[in-house]
Amino acid sequence: METLIDSVMVVILLSNLLLLGSSRLAACIRIVATQGIILGILPLLSSEGEITIRVVLLAAWSIALKGMVFPWLLNRAIRDASVRREVEPFVGYTTSLLLGSAALAVSLWAGLRLPLPPAAVHSSLTVPVALFTIMTGLFVICSRRKALNQVLGYLALENGIYIFGVAFVQKAPLLVELGILLDVFVAVFVMGIMIFHINREFDHIDTDQLSTLKE
Amino acid sequence: MITALIILPTIAGLLALIIRPNAPRRALLLVTATAHAGLTAFSWISGASPALSGWLMLDGPGILFLGITSVLFLAASVYAVGYLSHEEKGKRSDFEEGVGFINAPEKVFTGALLFFLATMTLVAASQHFGLLWVAVEATTLASAPLIYFHRHHRSLEATWKYLLICSVGIALALLGNFFLAVAAAAHDGSSTSLVLSDLLRQGPHFNIPWLRAAFLFLLVGYGTKMGLAPMHTWLPDAHSEAPSVVSALLSGALLNCAFLGILRAQQVLGAAGQGAFGRELLLVFGLLSMAVAAVFILSQADYKRMLAYSSVEHMGILSLGIGLGGSGTFGSLLHAVNHSLTKAMLFLVAGNIVTAFRTKQSGEISGMLRVLPVSGGLWLMGFLAITGSPPFGPFLSEFTILKAAADTGNGMAAVIYLSLLALIFIGMMTAALRMTQGLPEGTTGEARRTEGVLSIASPLALGILVLVLGLYVPPPLRDVVREAARVVGG
Repeated sequence: METLIDSVMVVILLSNLLLLGSSRLAACIRIVATQGIILGILPLLSSEGEITIRVVLLAAWSIALKGMVFPWLLNRAIRDASVRREVEPFVGYTTSLLLGSAALAVSLWAGLRLPLPPAAVHSSLTVPVALFTIMTGLFVICSRRKALNQVLGYLALENGIYIFGVAFVQKAPLLVELGILLDVFVAVFVMGIMIFHINREFDHIDTDQLSTLKE
Repeated sequence: MITALIILPTIAGLLALIIRPNAPRRALLLVTATAHAGLTAFSWISGASPALSGWLMLDGPGILFLGITSVLFLAASVYAVGYLSHEEKGKRSDFEEGVGFINAPEKVFTGALLFFLATMTLVAASQHFGLLWVAVEATTLASAPLIYFHRHHRSLEATWKYLLICSVGIALALLGNFFLAVAAAAHDGSSTSLVLSDLLRQGPHFNIPWLRAAFLFLLVGYGTKMGLAPMHTWLPDAHSEAPSVVSALLSGALLNCAFLGILRAQQVLGAAGQGAFGRELLLVFGLLSMAVAAVFILSQADYKRMLAYSSVEHMGILSLGIGLGGSGTFGSLLHAVNHSLTKAMLFLVAGNIVTAFRTKQSGEISGMLRVLPVSGGLWLMGFLAITGSPPFGPFLSEFTILKAAADTGNGMAAVIYLSLLALIFIGMMTAALRMTQGLPEGTTGEARRTEGVLSIASPLALGILVLVLGLYVPPPLRDVVREAARVVGG
């Protein structure tokens, strides 16, 4: 199991770097969706042999939501808004990747030094990768111009937090897990609607135009 | 009882989305608000039994914040009925920039309003940290459509900022929840549930570094939603662009809900013997929020934004009160009541002013006492109250916090607190006096002289409450605030 989880973590790590370097919106949506699917599988790997119906159902729902519903919603937003399909970042791709590598180094350094409760860890990579994914999400939110990218950044952030949750909170109550998934779903749904309105109001979804309200 | 309190507005919200004619939908809003207030009053007096195996329970802080929410919602829904019936239909131009816009459908507005009540009730009743998180995030999602009621680019910008900044903030609070679970896990790997009473029983057996990290993330996460500086950037935009009746609820009820999240975290810290760590942070964030608010209030020309920054200030005062501990905890919780009532009243009056004068610039308004006697009088009284002048409620609670600062030997904090209050008093009273005194001039003279019963009843009732609370705190309220302060500890 250890090696399997390790390789899943490496895939997520690479997907973060891809997210930072991709210039096309559709590719970014695919990357985040792939992350979501892989993370959906994670609870199945880490439950140490005892795969209950509950774990399978949660995994299935999470995969359906993050791997299928979200990409569909976001792709629809691109089509309806007929936006240019490039990311148009404030911070260039090369710089993004360099900063990403730096963030990765910091995550590895910090993640391997945190005092963790021994029994919970399944792989030495979980904490660094969770931290790195969280940082990537926050960076994408801040450094990209399009509203859609900010939603993708939010989803990456959520994914990072989810990795941490799967690794350490094995027995989170069903109600809470369902509630969290429902909230994320509604959040993306509402953000999708807002993107539609931003496009109708401004004929594009660049958030740097949202700058009337300031002191 | 608790389940009924949550399910009632949810069902009413769903109904509101279906009902097509306006009149029955507005009646539904009023009936639901009244029923919710009645049920809340009943729980306040005779208690409510826990539900969902202890996950939902109304302890001291819970019933206190539920009470505030319910009273404000009742006042807001009476006001909303008048507001909605006076809104012009169809496309019209905005008075600030002349851009054309339409309203969101009224049934969406009413539905979201009722869902908003349901989610805030869930926040007040949650005893499980995970459920609390779900509820707080749900309040953001239910209230976003409310801010985007007038569909123009400014409210769109405000809604987007609100949605994104609060969602990211609250995501960090989720990480805080996970850290809390790690902190609570025993060394043999067995985990503890995140139900508040279980965590409190855990007492000193927490993993302290993880617990501190958890508190930091919860503070930053819920602090974003509460509007503590420097995470407050969404707040002035959302509060100034939302319809006034929504601003009243956002400022008076929603900010408190986020504050409750921080109080829960502080409770756990206290049980683990780390209360001082949390109090220190709350003290710093409190004073910082007051300072940031003071700077922006002094140079503020838009009176709705001024009220919004005043909310940042008062969230700072709440945080400061908890940070001081001792009688400051009592003062802070009492101040939550006073601030909510006063601020909701002021936002409702601001709605009347916008309707009558069609401007948000305080410099363009004068002679309000002559044009709108009731609203003008309430406006002046509200500004006196919110800046902490006697004999109104906020004076009493702000004084209690000042006394706590002196008692606990925080002389420096007391000095900063007083000077910031003085600065804010000057900034806000200058605007209020300019608006109310003098003769109506220019555009002001042409103002529509409309003060309908529905637009005055709610602010007037809230104003009377603020005055009464300044003269005497009724024993049932005092007992609940005391009980809440005991639960929060410090």
